[in-house]
Amino acid sequence: MTVNMTKGQAISLQKDDGGSLTAVRMGLGWQSAPRRGLFGRRVREIDLDASALLFAGGQLVDVVFFRHLVSDDGSVRHTGDNLVGGAGTGGDDEAILVDLQRVPVHVDKIVFTVNSFTGQTFEEVANAFCRLVDETNGRELARYTLAGGGAYTAQIMAKVHRSGPGWTMTAIGTPSNGRTFQDLLPDISRQL
Amino acid sequence: MTAELARGQNHPLTEARPEVRVSAGRPVTVGAVLTDEQGRLSGTEGVILPGRPAGPPGVELPGGPDGAEHRVRVDLTALPETVHRVGVVLALPAGQSFGGGPAPFTAVVAPGATGPALVSYTITGLDSESAVVALELYRRQGAWKVRAVGQGYAAGLEALLADHGLTLAEARHLAGPVPAAADGDWLLPSPTPAGGTAVTDSPAASGAFTAQPPPGAGGAGAGGAGVPATPPAVPQSTPPAAPGTPAAASAGPGSPPVSGGGPEVAGAPAHERGGGQPAFPGVPGTPGVPGAPAGAGGPAVPPPPSGGPDGRPAPLDGPGWPAASAGPDAPGTGTAGGGIDYRHRGRTAGAAGGAPGGHAGPGAAAPGGAPGGSGYEGPGAPAEGAAPVAGDAAGWSMEERLYNQVWGMFEDLARAVAAHRGAVEFADGRMDQELDGVLGDYRARSDGTADRARREARARREELVGRAQQVLDQQLAQLRAESDVVEPALPPAYARWESPVWSACRAPEEQPLAVRLGDLSLPESGALRIPLLLRLPLERGLWIDSGQGRSAESLLVTPEERRRLALDMAVALATRLLAAHPPGDFAVEVIDAAGAGARSLAPLSRSGVLAEPPAVGPGAVSGLLARLAGHVDLVQMAVRAGAPESLPPGTDLAQRLLIVHDFPHAFDDRAVTALRYLADEGPRAGVHLLLVADREDAAGFGALLDPLWRSLLRLTPAPEDHLADPWVCHAWTYEPSLPPRDGRTLERVLDQVAAARRR
Repeated sequence: MTVNMTKGQAISLQKDDGGSLTAVRMGLGWQSAPRRGLFGRRVREIDLDASALLFAGGQLVDVVFFRHLVSDDGSVRHTGDNLVGGAGTGGDDEAILVDLQRVPVHVDKIVFTVNSFTGQTFEEVANAFCRLVDETNGRELARYTLAGGGAYTAQIMAKVHRSGPGWTMTAIGTPSNGRTFQDLLPDISRQL
Repeated sequence: MTAELARGQNHPLTEARPEVRVSAGRPVTVGAVLTDEQGRLSGTEGVILPGRPAGPPGVELPGGPDGAEHRVRVDLTALPETVHRVGVVLALPAGQSFGGGPAPFTAVVAPGATGPALVSYTITGLDSESAVVALELYRRQGAWKVRAVGQGYAAGLEALLADHGLTLAEARHLAGPVPAAADGDWLLPSPTPAGGTAVTDSPAASGAFTAQPPPGAGGAGAGGAGVPATPPAVPQSTPPAAPGTPAAASAGPGSPPVSGGGPEVAGAPAHERGGGQPAFPGVPGTPGVPGAPAGAGGPAVPPPPSGGPDGRPAPLDGPGWPAASAGPDAPGTGTAGGGIDYRHRGRTAGAAGGAPGGHAGPGAAAPGGAPGGSGYEGPGAPAEGAAPVAGDAAGWSMEERLYNQVWGMFEDLARAVAAHRGAVEFADGRMDQELDGVLGDYRARSDGTADRARREARARREELVGRAQQVLDQQLAQLRAESDVVEPALPPAYARWESPVWSACRAPEEQPLAVRLGDLSLPESGALRIPLLLRLPLERGLWIDSGQGRSAESLLVTPEERRRLALDMAVALATRLLAAHPPGDFAVEVIDAAGAGARSLAPLSRSGVLAEPPAVGPGAVSGLLARLAGHVDLVQMAVRAGAPESLPPGTDLAQRLLIVHDFPHAFDDRAVTALRYLADEGPRAGVHLLLVADREDAAGFGALLDPLWRSLLRLTPAPEDHLADPWVCHAWTYEPSLPPRDGRTLERVLDQVAAARRR
């Protein structure tokens, strides 16, 4: 069942059978800009971007985003930039897949963010959401509805961090502003 | 004369506007899927079904919206260049399966023909499947062929479409309710009786493809046939991209292993199929992540410069060799090519999605190829029974699967080492920082805290490095285990010379997909060697550097010895290529201007596989070069004019390899120009260059030859770390693959090649 997480809520990513989480996917979906008639206002496409930032001891060591689709070790993969969004029917338009078992040992935190590259705030985007899915069973771990979320252009969504032998996810859900993940770094460092 | 195909068989297609007719003996929906080289749909517009808007030009369903006529009319010349395969799809209405009824019959006929079909195929052995890819028309080296596929899907059209790369949502939407189709009509004069197998005596068909998806197997992530188009808004029950599509089910235990033209799969055990949860399911609908480092080489990427003496590693092209850059009719753009997909291939028991020894249907290439447990268990916890399997990768044939598996191992090793190096680097940096901090703290110097802090910093580094090493060791162990099963299964073109396949080597019937140039390793990889497989036909010439290398090994041998080794290597490579091609499809010509290489070349000349004796002396050299340049001109003109049949009779269209020894001895300016022309233009006309040379010797030509050196892939007779992988750009140590020293292997293989030619 879908957990609509509240800010700061932590979930230990233990599965029902006691095993820990092994693979997560961050999905991002939104509805493309509506087409108007010939004399309507000109519409701008909406481009939201999902990014995953890999931290080791508080230090940024790798980023997976639309210009760097696979982390150097191959454990984090972006499925590719979607520039215009989808039908808004609930499917992921961009996704980042993380194979937690292959993440290099020094990486201890992975932060997921969403940015509006084209600059529209989440108020203007229809049906936008981001979510974290346990890839092993398709269960949704966390879901944020971005649309109507206020006049922000970015959100620091959640972090996944090592705890003991496994990983734990903490929902962050802090809104922010920025075009790409670089603009969010000050905000992110406060959340680590 | 009708060619009756068996499953997996292919047949050339001479008709530019063929029509596929289907009779299933019952209501059935007939459609088509238009896919790219990898058999993936780029979107829903490639799906042509009755009642859907017309797709790309070139394919139409003349039956009208209700699809009553069960025909697919294809105009191969009108198809977009991005379409490499046209799959003809049959789907039954919801709730039905092919099992109970007559075997569907398909035939390819000339447009409006009433006479016998060109090709026919009866889809036998279907059981619980409710959708099936019957035939496939595909581009192969600029020409079209037709292949009997017969890949069924128990979960229906939706699973079929998802398997071709649509997201589950799209697939479900398209498949939706399969329209109740019109009654089956028997369009063809005398269809093969239902149930009659059309198995011919083709060796490719024997034993192969008998494996059927067991009823009910698969369907792991897909709904039943004809699931109403509900919006997939229930994420927790929707594993993305239908991992473990029904197609993933194939050879059950006891099914004979398949030899897709390749050798028997030694040691490929009948594998228990785990319906395991997908750990890292397919990336939905993104074949070839754009812009990714390995993005299949990317047509836009020019051939990277080879590692010259400047010491820069030469990037290897990705497995999806950018053959597409040479235009749609470039050789090698065929069905092969499966670029690295970014799924992690399962490597544990229950993860054998890649159909070990299974059918060669799309199931093997399906996203479902990657279900199963996590590739790598936590440190110290190797999964029980994690036996790797040869051919555990996507591909149409065992050869292609092995090729992709080897490239997958290559990538895995590159990434595992990158992760390890990253962790060690981080640990070192952190320790340095901490030690600096200790040094700066003058108060701590007097008492023991500084020492303690230093010890702690070192211990923290050791701990992290130790953990990284543990993970690396485990991944290496897994790759070694995989290598141990893969190496013996490799066909001659890929195998080490020591492999037993060389002792029982028969003349192949199809051109090989790739050839092994040698082995690759990293300092961290220990005894593990990854075969360096290069796609054929060669896009770039090869240069075996007989000069002074950079490695310690190359300093140990005298210059004469180095030259001899380099030429031996060239002879071994030529032998491998000769043996891996069907008799007569590959020719070798030799320039040995000074006659200095006669001893090394002896096996080639003596066995009679050379068309002509090695060219010795300036006259013979320029004569041979002129002849080859003329041949390239001719072939190019014919290809450009789109009229290969207009070549003069007697033109030999075999691929040829020109070995040039002792370059630039006896080369004048004209000969050099001719050679550069061959290096640039030859590959597209099937003339490939293998230069055995020391760049120092050609210093007299100055910068004139720099483009030539850059255009060639440099190989060294002694191990040297000058090759880079396409993912993280490690410097890989290349070692040539050489036959045993006694020379008997080479001679025997060459004798076999010569004998096969005479036959």
